[in-house]
Order: sequence, then structure tokens, then C-alpha cells
Amino acid sequence: MRRHHDMGGLDAGPVEQAEHDYSPWEKRVDAIMRLVGDDKRQLMTVDELRRGIEDLGPGAYDELNYYERWISSITNTLIEKGVISIDELGRRMDAVKARWQASV
Amino acid sequence: MTARFTVGDTVQVRAATPPGHVRTPYFIRGHAGTVTKVAGVFANPEELAYGRPGTPAQPLYWVQFAQKDLWADYQGSDKDTAVVDVFESWLEAAP
Repeated sequence: MRRHHDMGGLDAGPVEQAEHDYSPWEKRVDAIMRLVGDDKRQLMTVDELRRGIEDLGPGAYDELNYYERWISSITNTLIEKGVISIDELGRRMDAVKARWQASV
Repeated sequence: MTARFTVGDTVQVRAATPPGHVRTPYFIRGHAGTVTKVAGVFANPEELAYGRPGTPAQPLYWVQFAQKDLWADYQGSDKDTAVVDVFESWLEAAP
């Protein structure tokens, strides 16, 4: 069957043509992808990035924005490859959240 | 790897719908087009997408389609075309 992301030619409404600045976190996601895919590390290819985005499924694909899709795919791929563990990631996310809450 | 097709050949895109990551958009599958360039030989992205080495490498073609063939309700000129990158494994010689 036709996969959800493969939507060329289907109705999708008007194209948003306005330019916008990238948020710091979006630039960071871009940087992470370049680092994990560089010649030195070779942990992940852009092909795997794209496969991971397609495999997020229709709901997430539509609800997440561009760089949210990227970091979701990067995260899943690095977990699958054993580069990071779910436990390590969960604890670090909690620590970052606590640090942020303490600062506001 | 030697390219099976050459510029000017009429080719047919396989009408396949396998699961997983592929680079052949749905809207050209099953349609016939003309090779306008042999773009080179590249690691197979359908393999690279799963962390494998992408071998054997595959010839990649520019294939030109008539827009009126691709879209049943196309309102533009009969001369309008679309060129799509297609890997060799997705192409057959046109019948």
C-alpha cells in the first residue's frame, strides 16, 4: 500500500512560503545529525534518518514539526544501535528539565 | 556496475508497493517514461536506510514523464514534463 509520507500529488493545502528563523534547539538538532553522521563517527546516515522519520507513522509524522521528526528519528536510531540507552536518556532528560525549572 | 539503460530508452517503473524505505515516489509507479540522463552509480539507499553498506551499488537515472500521463485531471500543456531520479532496480524495459 501507499505509505503515508509518500504524498506527492495529494491535496495538502497551500504552501507556507514565509521564511522563519530557526530556534536554537533546531540548530542543535541539525548539528547533532551532522556530528553522528560525520566521517569520524559514522553512527548514522541521512538514509537512516529518513527511514526513521517515515517509520514514525502517520500520527507523529503529521503532528511533529520538521526538527522534531529529525530528533525522534535520531533518538530511535541511536538507541537501536546501542549508542545511548533508554535509561541514560530518560535520566538525562529529567536532569535537564530540573535544571531548566530551577532557572525560571 | 554497468548501466542497463541508456539515454533515450523508454522504461517502465515497477508498480510495486513493498514495505520499508524506498526512493521511488508512488505517483510514478506503473508509468512509462524516457531516460534523459544516466546520473551515476550510487550505494543503494534502500540498504543504507537500514544501516547496511548499500551494496551492490546501483545505477541511477533521470526519467522524464509526461505530466498528463501522471495525473488524470492534469489541466496544463501536453508538453509539460516531470523528471524523477529512479534507481535501476525499479525500472523495466518498456513493453
